[in-house]
Amino acid sequence: MSTTAEKPAAPDSEPGAAGRTTAGKGHSGAGRRPGKAGKVRRLTRRDKFVLAIMVGLPTLIQLLLVWLPTLFSIALSFTRWNGLDLKDIKPAGTDNYRFVVQDYPPFWPAMQHNILWLVFLALIATPLGLLLAVLLDQKIRGSKIYQSIFFTPVMLSLALIGVIWQLFYNRDSGLLNYLLGTAGTPRAVDWFGDSNVNIWAAMVAATWRHAGYVMLLYLAGLKGVDPSLREAASIDGANAVQTFFRVVFPAMRPVNIVIVVITIIESLRAFDIVYIINRGTNGLELISALVIQNLVGEGQVIGVGSALAVILLVISLIPIVFYLIRTFGKESKA
Amino acid sequence: MSTLANPIPSTAGAAAVSRNSGKRHYGTHIFLTVMAVMWLIPLGWSLYTALRPKADTDKYGYFSFGGSFSFDNFIQAWTQGGFSKYLLNSVLITVPAVLLTLFFASMMAFAVSRVNWKFNITLLIMFTAGNLLPPQVLAAPLFEMFKHLSLPYSFSDSGNLLNTYISVIAVDTAFQIGFCTFVLSNYMKALSSDLTEAALVDGAGIWRQYWNIILPLCRPALAALGTLEVIFIYNDFFWPLLFIQSGDRLPITTAINNLQGQFLSNYNLIAAGAMITLIPTLIIYLALQRQFVAGLTLGSSKG
Repeated sequence: MSTTAEKPAAPDSEPGAAGRTTAGKGHSGAGRRPGKAGKVRRLTRRDKFVLAIMVGLPTLIQLLLVWLPTLFSIALSFTRWNGLDLKDIKPAGTDNYRFVVQDYPPFWPAMQHNILWLVFLALIATPLGLLLAVLLDQKIRGSKIYQSIFFTPVMLSLALIGVIWQLFYNRDSGLLNYLLGTAGTPRAVDWFGDSNVNIWAAMVAATWRHAGYVMLLYLAGLKGVDPSLREAASIDGANAVQTFFRVVFPAMRPVNIVIVVITIIESLRAFDIVYIINRGTNGLELISALVIQNLVGEGQVIGVGSALAVILLVISLIPIVFYLIRTFGKESKA
Repeated sequence: MSTLANPIPSTAGAAAVSRNSGKRHYGTHIFLTVMAVMWLIPLGWSLYTALRPKADTDKYGYFSFGGSFSFDNFIQAWTQGGFSKYLLNSVLITVPAVLLTLFFASMMAFAVSRVNWKFNITLLIMFTAGNLLPPQVLAAPLFEMFKHLSLPYSFSDSGNLLNTYISVIAVDTAFQIGFCTFVLSNYMKALSSDLTEAALVDGAGIWRQYWNIILPLCRPALAALGTLEVIFIYNDFFWPLLFIQSGDRLPITTAINNLQGQFLSNYNLIAAGAMITLIPTLIIYLALQRQFVAGLTLGSSKG
């Protein structure tokens, strides 16, 4: 598995889809495809039919349940609708966007929180994961045990992480206030309830998971770095820190790109943890939570919810397009 | 973590390690131990709370060592708290969703990686991008589509697709197909084309090439992806939250949303519920650790 494990992390060296032979990845066997018509030459009518089903069915599911709803979201964002009767959908121009930006109090706090979330993951959680990976990549005793411990939260859902940290953060029954010596006193902090601190408390809980994930990816990435690079650097007299930042880290570029994309997308997708704490209100507003608040409950305002969804979509497209260009750019040019 | 084991420790690396082995590793161990303890505290605290009866924590306080330990909270959450039901719901959603995802994704991956076709890359981009979207972007239209799709009441007691397992299975499948297609197509591209060429000479059709030749060779990738997808879909919180209204149909991950209201600040029971939710992932992790870790690194594209 270890050879294939590196493949998606190394999109630069993917073989061209049209049978173009690319250097690198000796095991890929890409060179064996001779030309455009290489793979399957003669397709019978029956084969064509089978292929149409094999492509058509998943594509239909994907279009119907992912892309069509995305287009509908865009369309609904320019309408006014309470979600009841389809006939009640009224065109609204850009009213929903104007309302969201100008008159919807939680919108700008939510934007700030999403940015804060991204900055926190990027500056605290991701470097922490990298640090753990670098330390554990050395041949130290008990490395596997440490890895297993740091990795455990990665298996948990963010919703469950919210519950577990709630137990830890509670004002009266949580461990943290006991450890700080404030339990039972008026200075005891309700870490998830106090709107001054709860976003930080939630980001710490999210870091618990994100750092383990980053650690895992970098551990795999570090194994993939050619040992001769380090050897050459140490012969040239570079110390460990120089070797890492000048040689090893740049050599992990494919992994770095994946981690940048994951970090951005995770911060845009952050939803479960704030929703389970207080549905994303009172200091925990995030765009994704605002979308849902406008869709469910009594005052269904589908248009406003959709406008928020489109804003989320447009922001998400930045890392998605960046990643797709990195991954597929070379292939489509071939 | 055996997949991560370094196969070729370089001589220079080993020398560097032995050179630095005294003091520096001492510091590294202290740092790692402190971090590991901090990492385990939230889980350990939940487990500790879950094992103590509420009467004892009321009497001695939550932060105390007095009183007895038992699995009573677990038993109560399992029977009265409905966790047996929630876990069954999770199984009923996860198993079909994972099988369908792998089936559709492997067909799609086969078509885009083993057959030359103009739209291969376009389709692959569409599938990969779809998986990276935040689910909230599609929430409103999917909810309304399912609500306005009338079904006979014999099939669904809501008269539409809401409140059914099928709605969650369908959307989970659609969302995960993209990721699995991407990973599997990379895997299949790496398989030699001679394999299917030979079969072609023997007159094997497309389906036999896919089902009898390519798919068996993808077993390691399918095992890794299958393990990963079981965890992803089991951990999915959002789609059941959106589509399923009646509490007794919720899968376990979404059901913990109602724990606070249901157990009325009985933190011992809440902790037991959280621990029950964690057990299946823990079992999968311990039994299929290699597959899971391989899957995650395979899918380092995953958002």
